[in-house]
Amino acid sequence: MTGYVSRGFHGKREADRDNARVPPGQYLVEDFPVLSAGPTPHTPLDEWTFSIVGAGPEPITWTWEAFRALPSEDIRVDIHCVTKWTKLDTNWNGISIDTLLDGIEHHASHVLAFSDGDYTTNLPLEDVSDGKAWVAFDYDGEPLAPEHGGPARLLVPHLYFWKSAKWVRGLQLLDHDEAGFWESYGYHMYGDPWREQRYAGD
Amino acid sequence: MARAAVRGRLSWALGDVVELIDETRRVRSIVLDVPDWPGHRAGQHVDVRLTAEDGYQAQRSYSIASAPDDARLAITVESLPDGEVSSYLVGELRVGDKLELRGPIGGYFVWDPDRTEPLFLVAGGSGVVPLMSMIRERHAIGATVPTKLLFSSRARDDVIYRDELEQLASAGDGFEVIHTLTRMQPDGWTGYARRVDTQMLSEVAWPASEMPASFVCGPTPFVEAVASALVSLGHPAPAIKTERFGPTGG
Amino acid sequence: MDDRALMVDGNALAGELSEVFSQEMTMARVACGGCGAVEQLGADHAYIQAPGMVLRCLHCDQVLLVMTRTGDRLRVSLTGTRWMDL
Repeated sequence: MTGYVSRGFHGKREADRDNARVPPGQYLVEDFPVLSAGPTPHTPLDEWTFSIVGAGPEPITWTWEAFRALPSEDIRVDIHCVTKWTKLDTNWNGISIDTLLDGIEHHASHVLAFSDGDYTTNLPLEDVSDGKAWVAFDYDGEPLAPEHGGPARLLVPHLYFWKSAKWVRGLQLLDHDEAGFWESYGYHMYGDPWREQRYAGD
Repeated sequence: MARAAVRGRLSWALGDVVELIDETRRVRSIVLDVPDWPGHRAGQHVDVRLTAEDGYQAQRSYSIASAPDDARLAITVESLPDGEVSSYLVGELRVGDKLELRGPIGGYFVWDPDRTEPLFLVAGGSGVVPLMSMIRERHAIGATVPTKLLFSSRARDDVIYRDELEQLASAGDGFEVIHTLTRMQPDGWTGYARRVDTQMLSEVAWPASEMPASFVCGPTPFVEAVASALVSLGHPAPAIKTERFGPTGG
Repeated sequence: MDDRALMVDGNALAGELSEVFSQEMTMARVACGGCGAVEQLGADHAYIQAPGMVLRCLHCDQVLLVMTRTGDRLRVSLTGTRWMDL
């Protein structure tokens, strides 16, 4: 998009954009922007569940209490949004997807994460394995706020942040890749910020 | 200036900044000369686009403050904390600069001056801007349709267009302003001193039986609360037009 | 922040929609594919701070329209609408 260059306008980006931790086309922010495709869900914790679907005839489901009883870990990562902001050194606490999938027999190659509010996003199974992904419930030492995806969201920091589905309620195991919400509207199926895979065809 | 037909396929135009008016300590009006401006209807807005030297762009929508028959186009912008566009428009932009804009936009939130039903305008802070365009037009064409503005501001010094509204309200042509100051009131203040609620609306609004046209504008939570209160007072939802600003406008 | 605050009116989509449709869209009547309610586009709920712009039925929150700018392409999806009067 071309435009008239506005005298004296710089935007709110930080000057230090040679930082090797900033992927191409991104700029650094200090705040934590809130983006949403719909109203914030408010599932009460006594109704909240997390499920792994597709590994057998019945989903494997945790209640909030059972979920929080699983081993969790501190996570410190950089995050990159497809709308071009990058935030360094974000601190979370959550449960590794490896922990959730541990002991579950399946033949899946991909997952489709699903959330309250009908949001979905797709990922290869290997991108949520081996310590690359979590279900996070704390941010900066506090319970994750609803506008940022609380009570729990997916956290997959090596991909664009639309893949880190807010208000996540489970993973559907699939033997094929299936486009989620933004992917079906033209966003990239994989979404690697280091190869600037923002849109389908990139 | 010709009244604009509502049309699509808008393109970006460049306006010259000819005047800047500090309305309050955080709010500034920007008056523009836009070549070949087609005119607008009261309540419409423009999209403003800023481009940095490296190509970075930011875009926001701003309601048009000027009346359709004014010679120049005016927008009124509130500087928001962390607002990268609003802080530029209120703090950096100078007379002589150019501003890229697209419009006029929006056929939904417009006032048709040919209508005769009473008008009820409810503004939360900078939500007054599109309503001011309607009020200015009403005055410019000499309309006498009974009109009330219920205007919520934080404090007296935050009331945008305060003096002009006082003048218009004393013109004796059926226009009335009711203020509520929610955070701080001057000594001797006898007006409302709280957020707009159903009780206040029941005292101020035209009764539903008079079938007014209502326009509510401001931050989303404000608009939601006022619109649902009006519905609970018997006003049909289609007669209440809303414009929500969202949290940033930015 | 108030978590309703991100929602604005369909009116906010008017500028972007003007690049796709040759007429003013905020007064177009839209029938929801979910609950069947018919409203003017400008009255429905819009979410514009996201990788794309999403219009949702003001009654049932069903997604009516999604607009994404992906590189050079502007894609408009209307799959949630039953019909739209222009």
